[in-house]
Amino acid sequence: MIEIKDLHKSYKMGSNSLHVLKGINFSVDKGELVAIMGSSGSGKSTLLNILGMLDVADTGDYTLDGVPIKDMNETKAAQYRNKFLGFVFQSFNLINYKSAMENVALPLYYQRMPRKERQEKALKYLDQVGLKEWATHLPSELSGGQKQRVAIARAMAAEPKVLLADEPTGALDSTTSYEVMDLIQKINDEGNTILVVTHEEDIAHMCKRIVHLKDGVIVEDKKVKQVRASAYV
Amino acid sequence: MFSRDTWKEIFETIQKNKLRTFLTGFTVALGIFIFVSLFGMGNGLNNTFAKFFGDDATNVLYLFPGRTSIPYKGYKANRRIEFENDDLAAIEKDFEMFLEYVTPRITRSALVKYKEESDNYSTRAVAPPHLFAEKTIIMKGRYLNEMDIAGKTKYAVIGRLVEQDLFKDADAIGEFIDVGGSVFKVIGVFQDDGGDNEERRIYIPYTTRQLIEKATDKVDQIIVGFKPELGYAGAMAFESSISKYIRNRKYISPNDPNGLFIRNVADQLKQNQQFAGVLQIIISGIAFAVIISGIIGISNIMLFVVKERTKEIGIRKALGATPKNVTSTILLESVFITTISGFVGMLIGVGLLRFIGNALEEDYFITDPYINIGTAIFATILLVLCGTIAGYVPARRAARIKPIVALRDE
Ligand SMILES: Nc1ncnc2c1ncn2[C@@H]1O[C@H](COP(=O)(O)OP(=O)(O)O)[C@@H](O)[C@H]1O
Ligand SMILES: [Mg+2]
Repeated sequence: MIEIKDLHKSYKMGSNSLHVLKGINFSVDKGELVAIMGSSGSGKSTLLNILGMLDVADTGDYTLDGVPIKDMNETKAAQYRNKFLGFVFQSFNLINYKSAMENVALPLYYQRMPRKERQEKALKYLDQVGLKEWATHLPSELSGGQKQRVAIARAMAAEPKVLLADEPTGALDSTTSYEVMDLIQKINDEGNTILVVTHEEDIAHMCKRIVHLKDGVIVEDKKVKQVRASAYV
Repeated sequence: MFSRDTWKEIFETIQKNKLRTFLTGFTVALGIFIFVSLFGMGNGLNNTFAKFFGDDATNVLYLFPGRTSIPYKGYKANRRIEFENDDLAAIEKDFEMFLEYVTPRITRSALVKYKEESDNYSTRAVAPPHLFAEKTIIMKGRYLNEMDIAGKTKYAVIGRLVEQDLFKDADAIGEFIDVGGSVFKVIGVFQDDGGDNEERRIYIPYTTRQLIEKATDKVDQIIVGFKPELGYAGAMAFESSISKYIRNRKYISPNDPNGLFIRNVADQLKQNQQFAGVLQIIISGIAFAVIISGIIGISNIMLFVVKERTKEIGIRKALGATPKNVTSTILLESVFITTISGFVGMLIGVGLLRFIGNALEEDYFITDPYINIGTAIFATILLVLCGTIAGYVPARRAARIKPIVALRDE
């Protein structure tokens, strides 16, 4: 599903340049649930942003579902993000003046799906994350966990090939974190490919594979026995 | 880009961001409103100027005798100048090729009675061509004619309001009125566009007035109507030669400012038109400055809007909004708000001008303020258009926002 080879990325800061990713090689198969771990500043988000086509690598190859991602203009990248990728962020990033349902329906709007269809679909996904009753509520009326579940519903509504989550539990307490991980595990159980950036061991062990980043390279890449979050909920 | 769904999305955004919508709309509406009202007021001022002169003929010189202030040709200073019937005849003869008519005017105030009703009115003893100088409009009956002058008839032509005051609803024609002790027969009723005062006058033959006043041949003023073909320059030249002529006849020094006064309507009109024109230019300048500041206002608001929405735009882009999506959404939103509020401001402005109407005429010299609807729409479209261009820069900037920058957690 994902294949990257010798990926480099540096940020220019004035005359200096900060070499963040120094040759990343890894691949992810369909249906995997991968945790990307590492200390703060180790380049986890940078890697995820490149995978999510929100950013571009300096050098290296990236293939997503057999399509080489290279020299893509903004419009094309936007269309690929819309079709192939779902995002979940630490700070939820819901649009504050749109209801839960409208937030979930937004990626479908950019797919030019008719309004009615899109609302039905948004409701279906809200139902899957257990928030159907909250469809008309604004994000400000939801708890942190609920917001993140709306964000997950939004990421899944476009039925992406890969779900990318950058510290999805970073802003949540541990009980709520496990609820969110439970949801992510269930989505993975249905065969969806998911990458989760985290620096928390317990969250990482709820995935099936842990990739450890340090100083811009992968220092460890191992399969783990998945801890089911439902045990803690 | 213009699908129903796009518009729905835009309506929702506008609806749910009421403060922002209001601020943008308010700036635009206010700009257009000020523009329309200012422009209309300017036109109103112009109308007042036009009206001052509109009711009298402009190819006319009014000659007033004065009192000399310089000794001349053996005559002492401080000598009172008077016009006589001879002067009229002489002007008529010697300036024949420039003239349309000459008429004297003798103004007297008189108590006028009809049955129980009475009031003081100004009477003007004139010759028939006075009709042209004053642009008197006969409503019924007739004006004075040459036979009245020759026969010194006791006929009077009264103003519309005189008839109204004295006769109420009755017809004045053929009735007899007492004018300062003499009985006159009403032969005509007139109206005049110069306002109420002008319609409270009574015209009688000047010869009759002279007869009543002990058979004098003096006249107060001489009104000279010259041929319009003379044009402005001709009028000025004509004024100076008639001045020279009278001064010569009456032994007034060419340098005496007080012996003879001439009012040249054409000259006054021209000066006032120039003044009104300058005023209109200033007002238009201010009005356009308002439009410009409106445009600057819009671009500032757009910059602010884009800044405020950076995060939202980042989210939308992460979810698949293309740069074109972003630009067009922001632009359409601003065009929509600008257009609606622009036209609202325009309608309020036009409405205000209508409402004011002639209420400011007396005190502020603003008559019938209006704005050409074409000008109003042009200004509105200009503002919308420039607002769009001004909004395009921030919209483009918004489209270039990198989602990772917009979404970076602080
Ligand atoms: N846009 C940027 N410009 C400059 N430096 C950046 C930028 N984004 C990230 N960095 C730097 O790159 C390094 C890796 O950042 P990041 O990938 O966010 O780390 P992590 O998510 O693992 O905490 C950090 O030192 C960070 O300061
Ligand atoms: Mg990070």
